[in-house]
Amino acid sequence: MPERALGGVRVLEYAQFAAGPYCAKLLADLGAEVVKVEKPGAGDEARNRGPFLNDVPHLEWSGLFLYLNTNKLGITLNPEAATGTEVFKELVRGVDILIEDKPPQLMKELGLDYQALEAANPRLVMTSITPFGQTGYYAEYKAYCLNSYHSGLLGYLSPRNSPNLDREPIKAGGLVGEYSCGLNAALATLAALYSQRATGSGQHVDVSKQESLISLQRVFAAFYPNQGINPTRLAQATGMGGVMRCQDGYISVNFVEDHQWQAVVRLMGNPSWAQDERYKDIAFRAAHWEEIEPMISEWMLSHTREEIHRWTQESCPSGPVMSAEEVVNSAQAKARGFFTNIDHPAAGMAKYPTAPYIFSETPWAVDRSAPLLGEHNEQIYCGRLGHTRQDLVRMRQAGII
Amino acid sequence: MDRAALAGVRIADFAWAWAGAHAGTLLAFLGAEVIKIESLIRPDFSRTRSLTTGQKFEGLDQSAVFNDINLGKLSVRINLGHPRGLELAKAIVQISDVVTQNWRPGAMELFGLGYKDLSEVKPDIIYLSSSAQGMTGPEGRSLGLAPDFAAIGGLSYITGYADGPPTELAGEIDLLSAYTSAFAILAALNYRQQSGYGQHIDTSSSEAISVLIGEVLMDYTMNGRVQCRQGNRDEFMAPHNCYRCRGEDKWVSIAVGSDEEWRAFTNAIGNPEWTEDPSFSDAHSRWRNQQQLDKLVEDWTLARSHYEVMEILQQAGVAAVPSFNSQELYSDPHLKERRFWQEIEHPIIGRQTVAGPPWKLSATPARVYRHGPLLGEHNEYVFGELLGLPSDEIVRLVEEKIIY
Repeated sequence: MPERALGGVRVLEYAQFAAGPYCAKLLADLGAEVVKVEKPGAGDEARNRGPFLNDVPHLEWSGLFLYLNTNKLGITLNPEAATGTEVFKELVRGVDILIEDKPPQLMKELGLDYQALEAANPRLVMTSITPFGQTGYYAEYKAYCLNSYHSGLLGYLSPRNSPNLDREPIKAGGLVGEYSCGLNAALATLAALYSQRATGSGQHVDVSKQESLISLQRVFAAFYPNQGINPTRLAQATGMGGVMRCQDGYISVNFVEDHQWQAVVRLMGNPSWAQDERYKDIAFRAAHWEEIEPMISEWMLSHTREEIHRWTQESCPSGPVMSAEEVVNSAQAKARGFFTNIDHPAAGMAKYPTAPYIFSETPWAVDRSAPLLGEHNEQIYCGRLGHTRQDLVRMRQAGII
Repeated sequence: MDRAALAGVRIADFAWAWAGAHAGTLLAFLGAEVIKIESLIRPDFSRTRSLTTGQKFEGLDQSAVFNDINLGKLSVRINLGHPRGLELAKAIVQISDVVTQNWRPGAMELFGLGYKDLSEVKPDIIYLSSSAQGMTGPEGRSLGLAPDFAAIGGLSYITGYADGPPTELAGEIDLLSAYTSAFAILAALNYRQQSGYGQHIDTSSSEAISVLIGEVLMDYTMNGRVQCRQGNRDEFMAPHNCYRCRGEDKWVSIAVGSDEEWRAFTNAIGNPEWTEDPSFSDAHSRWRNQQQLDKLVEDWTLARSHYEVMEILQQAGVAAVPSFNSQELYSDPHLKERRFWQEIEHPIIGRQTVAGPPWKLSATPARVYRHGPLLGEHNEYVFGELLGLPSDEIVRLVEEKIIY
């Protein structure tokens, strides 16, 4: 069996929905052992979100939960009960990393803030992912995916290329903002792990979703202080193409360099309007985009995405706008093994996206399907922490697990 | 000064533009020494032009965009087309831990700088290749920019108004690819720290987007459903939208996730009569009648500033946050308190305000160590100090346009 990049790394996850669980999933998929702590009875919020298998709501049938929690072990625990807090600390003593997403004040009240946990485990890397970070005026403010997306500029700038400002700014589809914050947190967590292994000491990693998202548009975000310009979602022609309509949908084509524009002109059959030398200049094209666009569109509309993509690829970056169905069924996804079948005891066999990187020595792999609620209670509480089975019964009756 | 998380890690950075180049910057924030390898023949794209605005920059050292995307790096100039230039590049790799590149798949190999070539020079090298659709498969030589990654990745299709076209997405898409690469490099660094082995990583910028819509893809694989665009709407929650506030283009996002939050919301806005309407009595009826509900909520927000709405609703325990713009984020008290914005002096374009690192690490703080480098700014340090070339040889290499 090939080695795993994060083999031997132990992680405790006390997080739910998308951001924290995605952060931990990234580590689990590369071989870290992740123990996920869920609320007794109800479990992770994601279990109550769709898409549900066959559209039937069920704690074990949420596609969101299944995807985000593959490769993890699952236990139930209520750290808000006194015994629960103690058990939580026992768990923390045995791990390298804790990933959590609770309001900072709550963690303090429970005695589970970094200071308290550092005393229990000085090697601990504790990653906290919250809407506005651990400190500052908004630290306790609430934000769902929608709010976070708009808190970090990405919303205000979307949808890009709006004809005017009459309509509301929007978030990206799905839960992209949350996943992005999880990715950002995972990156910092691995840097802290690297440092922990070099020095022996852990630390607290404070990740603000707002700052994570602003950083993804860092150039536009800094426009105001540097140039006095406040960028908006208003259409701004760049003269380099973009997402355009064609015969069977939409395609993105970009012509930045002179030779790329020339290639597009050739593909369009060297129309007389495009012979004007001035169009070679991207700035001139940008300034006259309103005249050019309808003529390019006319050509695009008489061809399919596949044709345009194949033809433009000789010299231009391009990409067809693809639906979920097309992403799943694409020849590229098949050739790269981007989807894999995973069998889950309750939800059965389904196709899951894997990872966007191929490691030559330490491949991404599926070790287990997402945990059933409380599936690994006995393994962790008895096997690892040394509680007896009778303890488990008592803890269950007290609502702790 | 505190120790940096990645103290002692050196990166030979052949990457350019945004998706490739910014991965190195993220690692530089964490303390890695990142040496960007460029030349007059092929300076980084964003030195000359902004792909977000189309803006052109006069010289090669005047781009605020390049500065921001390449903060904290060093730069050397090497003519890679010359055999001696190639030797210099390999000498840098020999003293590095990581190589990053996002040239068109196959191009580095043509120069003799592929993973095979460089792992002969440095057997435990971690070599990260980033490309539009990965280096294998029928699209394995594909050319792409951010809008193409978002299109192929499936995100453009589901982003937009319900009655509008798919949305073009750019800057954040490139940087998500950069974050993905930086994460993968860190996983490989951790593995090398334990095992002593390097490896090659082939990152697909389009797949880097697809993995972020996992549940949307699973709705298709489990249920055969193709999700479409729906603006700000949520599958269950309502109200769940951006509402216009007082002022020009001012909006607040409000999301109500439970009956408890709904009651908090109606109390906070003074329980106007319409909140008693049975069409809003439970979560499902609110969701079904959300168009009507949105209008009523907006009647209330319109009379207030988006900050006021945030304060009133957050005090009541309801998630409400303005759709912030650049100006507001720059003057925002919360971000000021967290010292998110930082100032950096650039020798040509002067003082620049930049977003600081997006994490606060208590023991090994991340930092913006320096401005984005001038082209070849660190020739002396890298060729002289690190590689030990005598200064007369450096002068000769410059004259022969090998350091170019």
